[in-house]
Amino acid sequence: MALSEKEVLAGLAEIVAEETGVDAAEVVGDKSFTDDLDIDSLSMMTIVTLAEEKFDVRIPDEEVKNLVTVGDAVAYITGAQS
Amino acid sequence: MTKVAITGLGMTTPLGGDVPSTWEAALDGRSGVRTLDNDWVEKYGLEVSFAGQVAVRPEEVLTRPEMKRMDPSAQMAIIATREAWANAGSPEVDPDRLGAAVSSGIGGVWTLLNAWDTLKEKGAARVLPLTVPMLMPNSPAAYVELEIGARAGAHAPVSACASGAEAIATGYRMILEGRADVVVAGGTEAATHPVTLASFGAMQALSRRNDDPAGASRPYDVTRDGFVMGEGSGIIVLESEEFAKARGARIYAYLAGVGLTSDAYHIAAPEPNGRGQARAMRLALESGGLSPQNVAHINAHATSTVVGDMIEARAIRSLLGAHADRTLLSATKSMMGHLLGGAGAVESILVIKAIQDRKAPPTINVTQPDPELEVDLVCDIPRAMPQGDVVGINNSFGFGGHNCALAFTNA
Repeated sequence: MALSEKEVLAGLAEIVAEETGVDAAEVVGDKSFTDDLDIDSLSMMTIVTLAEEKFDVRIPDEEVKNLVTVGDAVAYITGAQS
Repeated sequence: MTKVAITGLGMTTPLGGDVPSTWEAALDGRSGVRTLDNDWVEKYGLEVSFAGQVAVRPEEVLTRPEMKRMDPSAQMAIIATREAWANAGSPEVDPDRLGAAVSSGIGGVWTLLNAWDTLKEKGAARVLPLTVPMLMPNSPAAYVELEIGARAGAHAPVSACASGAEAIATGYRMILEGRADVVVAGGTEAATHPVTLASFGAMQALSRRNDDPAGASRPYDVTRDGFVMGEGSGIIVLESEEFAKARGARIYAYLAGVGLTSDAYHIAAPEPNGRGQARAMRLALESGGLSPQNVAHINAHATSTVVGDMIEARAIRSLLGAHADRTLLSATKSMMGHLLGGAGAVESILVIKAIQDRKAPPTINVTQPDPELEVDLVCDIPRAMPQGDVVGINNSFGFGGHNCALAFTNA
């Protein structure tokens, strides 16, 4: 069953917090991964790899550059489910 | 000539999570070797079911993101580095004059094999992007360099079980060559993995005393039957004496000389007469302007193997002659097992502490010394070292015929 945007956000925040040490409460819609959360490209790729597994979705490499904010990622993952 | 001072010490070992707890346990003659509680021991039919694992697990000290970004070998190096750096008073030093030299004998074996499991079970898309930066042998050196902001160079001289000592020798040279004022140097190992245990077991290098883990590492005892796997890290802060004195640093001891040789004999066995080992010790003394008669204490490489222990004992006898009867020899792997790439650094710290406290730590589990042993082995309880100027040597030898001796003197 597909998860809601709220559920995806919670799951994504958990991954980001675990991998980078950023407070999960900071991982919200309009925050930019690079500018606001200070996440480098290697960490971003790690987050993407773990998110693909957690949400059972495929995020193509060429799509990752479009995931600028947390909201972008949540929307993409939610839409990509099943 | 520039003198190289030691101003900071840090370690995490099977005996304790830092220098004070490890040193106290070592003087007490405790063992850090235990039966492994991992399910893989039985699952894969390992013939050896024990090891010396770190007394304080890295997850008790580091954050979750730190744990995930570093192989266990780098995690332990960072824990030891933080202790050593704080212990040195967090020196203020121009980053361009600050170096790092940290190595491991085996490297990121957990990271590599976990990634291999992921690849086989879940496919290439699930292999994590940090796999290579975590498994590369220079990873601990690189993380230490990042931790302290070292820009004078970061090195990882790899020489199996001599790695940690050789890294300290590298740091020493960086200071003598004028490349750095301060160098954070040492070794680390976290290879208590079923593949490593099975592989050392296949060489018949490991003790199989499964019914008595704490008694298994028994260097120089007639019933010794192999080494015991250990893990952990030792890190020291080296400084030019001038720099250390200018900032008012406490000086524990000096690294007065280093000796490096190679056997060109066999990929795993030491040369039977110990010529390369004796020459490494001699070079360490000569480079520091010291004489064999100055040597008060040696922390032996002595891993508890049938062949290796006596080769080193003969090398020591050949170097010191009758003075070997008055040199306190300690084989501290009896208490914590063999930390492989971490051994040379951890044991160097034990030499430095021995010089500072004038106490040679004990060798435990020696119930019947090898009858051919012609050295003064410190057994069961610590022995007092002479006052005045003394030299303590740490020996570290590695598969491949790498021999490294470090000669320390009092402050």
